[in-house]
Amino acid sequence: MGTAMGEETFSCPMSREAVVDTYFIEHRAKLIDLAAFLDRVDRARSEKDGEDFRLTAMKRAIAVLLDNQPHRARRILDIFSDHTTELPQTAAGMKGAAGAARV
Amino acid sequence: MQYIDPHIHMVSRTTDDYQRMAQAGCVAVTEPAFWAGFDRSSPQGFYDYFRQLTEFEPRRAASYGIRHFTWLCINPKEADDPAFAREVIELIPSFLDRPNVLGIGEIGLNKNTKNELIILEEQIALASKYNQLILVHTPHLEDKLKGTRLIMDAIKRNGNIDPGRVLIDHVEEHTVQEVLDRGYWAGMTLYPDSKCTPQRAADIIEMYGSERIWINSAGDWGHSDPLAVPKARLEMTRRGHNRATIEKISFENPRTFLSQCDKFRI
Repeated sequence: MGTAMGEETFSCPMSREAVVDTYFIEHRAKLIDLAAFLDRVDRARSEKDGEDFRLTAMKRAIAVLLDNQPHRARRILDIFSDHTTELPQTAAGMKGAAGAARV
Repeated sequence: MQYIDPHIHMVSRTTDDYQRMAQAGCVAVTEPAFWAGFDRSSPQGFYDYFRQLTEFEPRRAASYGIRHFTWLCINPKEADDPAFAREVIELIPSFLDRPNVLGIGEIGLNKNTKNELIILEEQIALASKYNQLILVHTPHLEDKLKGTRLIMDAIKRNGNIDPGRVLIDHVEEHTVQEVLDRGYWAGMTLYPDSKCTPQRAADIIEMYGSERIWINSAGDWGHSDPLAVPKARLEMTRRGHNRATIEKISFENPRTFLSQCDKFRI
């Protein structure tokens, strides 16, 4: 079962230093974008009670970034995924994908 | 190096795109039937679309030295009305003998509804009846994991479909392993943002290998990049991947899968 190599098996041909040199600035910018987005949410007045389900999922996902375990991308995608088994009869009246499942 | 973009919606692209793709090494494209950004008002709209895919678009591609192949179906987004969808499905057999038609696609699910699933099963049966290859669209974002599993279960339920003749597209890190483990081919669709990027596609190759997997742009009328495949190849070159691996995922693997249809020749 499975063909996956763990991230720990050095499957990326670049050295760790080269990965950081190549991608750090790009991902530094993405991290600051994320921080600014959360600041923007905090500065905005809420019209509903409780936290938006998408933000709740995002905060769970952010925790994954720092847990030092492999397959962070896969596990974050799992957090955002719909794990229910029910099927609606029709899509009529349904909105487009929200990016995170309502729980 | 030559490449194949095995999933791109050229009816939505300009001739400038064909020119740039040809200059970047594209020798063939395959174009699944899909949602045009609005719902067609009649089956006749699909009839005209199928003619465009099988008559006009191959000529347009040929003028840039690119072979054009296509897949026919009613796409999952317009398949939620079963009666309407069945009228479209009835049109498909008369097009299957056309020289650039490779199979049925991109069938799948959009919002994972019972209606979509009914039509998916009927189009799987159509592929089985006419011994066609299948190209599968999986839902996006939060619906992908559930939808991918529902689709693979539906194909298995049919009982007559060899997974090796099915390409499950738009895989990401949380679906690719299961797709490969169940014997299907996997497609990674590269988007400028919001979904799988060329960088993540290279990561997936590094983690899951290069067997039974390809990359495509799914370029269409929305924010997309018809040069996404050569950009992913550049990303892998930049990382130090060898030429054989890069050629495998962008040329050899698509050629191997698509050559299961005798009409695919480049």
